[in-house]
Amino acid sequence: MNMKYVDEYRDPEMARRISNEIAKLSASRPLKLMEVCGGHTHTIYKHGIEDVLPQNIDLIHGPGCPVCVLPMGRIDDAIAIARMEDVIFTTFGDMMRVPGSKGSLLDAKADGADVRFVYSPLDALKLARQHPDRKVVFFAIGFETTAPSTAVTLMRAKAEGIKNFSVFCNHVNIIPAMKAILDSPDLRLDGFIGAGHVSMVIGMRPYNFVARDHRKPVVIAGFEPLDIIQAIYMIVKQIAEGRSEVENQYSRVVRPEGNVKALQAMAQTMELRPFFEWRGLGFITHSALKVRPEFADWDAELLYEVPGLRVADPKACQCGEVLKGVIKPWECKVFGTACTPETPIGTCMVSPEGACAAYFNYGRFSMASERSRLNILPTAGS
Amino acid sequence: MSTTDNSERIDDVLKKIERTRQARRHKFYLRDEKITLSHGSGGKSTHNLIEGVFAPAFSNPFLDAMDDAATFGIHGSGQRVAFTTDTYVVSPLFFPGGDIGKLAVHGTINDLAMAGAVPLYLSAGFILEEGFPISDLRRIVDSMALAAREAGVAIVTGDTKVVQRGKADGIFINTAGVGIIHANWLLGQSRLQPGDKVLLSGSVGDHGIAIMLAREALEIETDIQSDTAALHTLTAALLEAAGDGVHCLKDPTRGGVATSLNEMALGSEVAIGLDEHAIPVHGEVRGACEILGLDPLTIANEGKLLAIVAPDKAEVALKAMRNHPLGRDAAIIGSVQANPPGMVFLRTDIGGMRVLDMLVGDPLPRIC
Repeated sequence: MNMKYVDEYRDPEMARRISNEIAKLSASRPLKLMEVCGGHTHTIYKHGIEDVLPQNIDLIHGPGCPVCVLPMGRIDDAIAIARMEDVIFTTFGDMMRVPGSKGSLLDAKADGADVRFVYSPLDALKLARQHPDRKVVFFAIGFETTAPSTAVTLMRAKAEGIKNFSVFCNHVNIIPAMKAILDSPDLRLDGFIGAGHVSMVIGMRPYNFVARDHRKPVVIAGFEPLDIIQAIYMIVKQIAEGRSEVENQYSRVVRPEGNVKALQAMAQTMELRPFFEWRGLGFITHSALKVRPEFADWDAELLYEVPGLRVADPKACQCGEVLKGVIKPWECKVFGTACTPETPIGTCMVSPEGACAAYFNYGRFSMASERSRLNILPTAGS
Repeated sequence: MSTTDNSERIDDVLKKIERTRQARRHKFYLRDEKITLSHGSGGKSTHNLIEGVFAPAFSNPFLDAMDDAATFGIHGSGQRVAFTTDTYVVSPLFFPGGDIGKLAVHGTINDLAMAGAVPLYLSAGFILEEGFPISDLRRIVDSMALAAREAGVAIVTGDTKVVQRGKADGIFINTAGVGIIHANWLLGQSRLQPGDKVLLSGSVGDHGIAIMLAREALEIETDIQSDTAALHTLTAALLEAAGDGVHCLKDPTRGGVATSLNEMALGSEVAIGLDEHAIPVHGEVRGACEILGLDPLTIANEGKLLAIVAPDKAEVALKAMRNHPLGRDAAIIGSVQANPPGMVFLRTDIGGMRVLDMLVGDPLPRIC
């Protein structure tokens, strides 16, 4: 394995040079840019990218963390399946700690439920082959990035006639979520950093409406620090030149047409739900996938009786506004009082990568830059 | 909202966060009703469990220091000894670079070494599952004997229990150890001083990643080996060279470098700043971490140590480590400063800054 390429995308000198260009192009005008993808949010925190950028560039962390956007009711349903007799419940590791209304999958495991973490749905299918006397359920979550592997697994389960395997499908689509954010009347975003891995599957065309109808630039970006900084440069350049287009910074991976085979596999096995609830954003039409009737024998939602109850986010929680960039995490009414990482209320405080948890834990640094930002640049509304 | 209002609001929030942070530092929260795997991760949940259950029940000055080994004088002799215990439940039992037996000997030796002691005697307790192959047991015991012989310690007492099939996973091993402290070193995680340098004896993450890749689920092929090793000769060389300049020694096992340094920052009410580019990480470990979404700084090591050394002794300490075969890749990775107390932060490769927290949750169950 040769990982040398990583260093080339982490050169601090290059980062400074691009950042200076961004400062020049944006002429100190305050700009709010949203990175839609949770993977980008992770890179931004892990490498401290906000410290490298000019102060007038404000990154808003969007709804692209599939763990954070899953409503509590669905997690309760998952736990209900996991607790059933003979079930081996499989999930990605980061789903284990996310709380439902009464505890997490990790708690259910401590209580005796057979919950195991896997790296791929194909590993779950392997478990089903190894344990013909048990029922293996895969908790499918994620955007178009993970949906194709669920699709392939469903097709393989059907082809091999593996009947003790099923999928609890919670796949969501990124475009309807972006639409919901863009249609919001209190929107304050100037541009989007497009999700790299999702775009590898869906391609560039689905973003066209953002540039055409909403006049906001979109730049699809990779996941290394310099990828993101360069994407921000490309967005700022579009704004400076009065353009709004869909551009591709991640051309070493993303092709304009996406991955046709992956899209076909998804279309064969899954179909759009009329609507789906997103934590913090509410119900969004045509924003999620369910297993197609042709694969009903492998659809956990049909095979198991789940509570299916909707658990409302508390009224005081302002995660929706945080996700849309309308308010900063610390401007939320319950931030730091009723809502802390130990006792999270909203989705943004649940995941360590959520915007509120990050602000709470790393507050000293982000607040310091916030303060200097205010001193240099009074906000537009003041 | 005017700018002034905003600044006041920010100040309020900063104060609020600081209050909660202070409260958190002195009071660990144990809200869980049942033991989950996170409580064994060595990270935050383990801390909450120790502070919430064990520490209040057993509290005494030796335990409350929360160091890797307890140190005390033997009545009337003027001699100080170090005493420690550790239990090993690693899965798989055999992995590239070692096995559970070797780990059980090295781990306890290292806990003694971090107290500045010369390890002398170990005990070994075995919990065996019905049906466990004697050939595997023999392999493990031979490996323990070899590790003890090479380190110059003797396994002088032991115990064996067998439990029904399904009540244990093959074999669990507990070892305890005593060692003697010749000079009166003042080592401990409450002894860090602003200005001190942070030294690391070599590359991080090898053990945890070797274990993870040895599990069948992952089909990633690498040459990564566990770094399991007895560190007492390295600590002896270090203490001989830098003497009283050494303020704290710690082997960053479960929870990795991030968790060990956070424990020190909390224990001494200081801040620790690290330079990411100075921290040695093998290319393959880094690659595996990138693929799996893990941070090498939270991954376990079994043959590395962190030394906190006074600034005027840092260079001689580094030289002494580099002259030892187990410290060839040693590096100064950061320094101690007064503020903000209780925090570890990292200057990232790209020139940014981030807080380095303790491990939360558990990416790798049963690594030692």
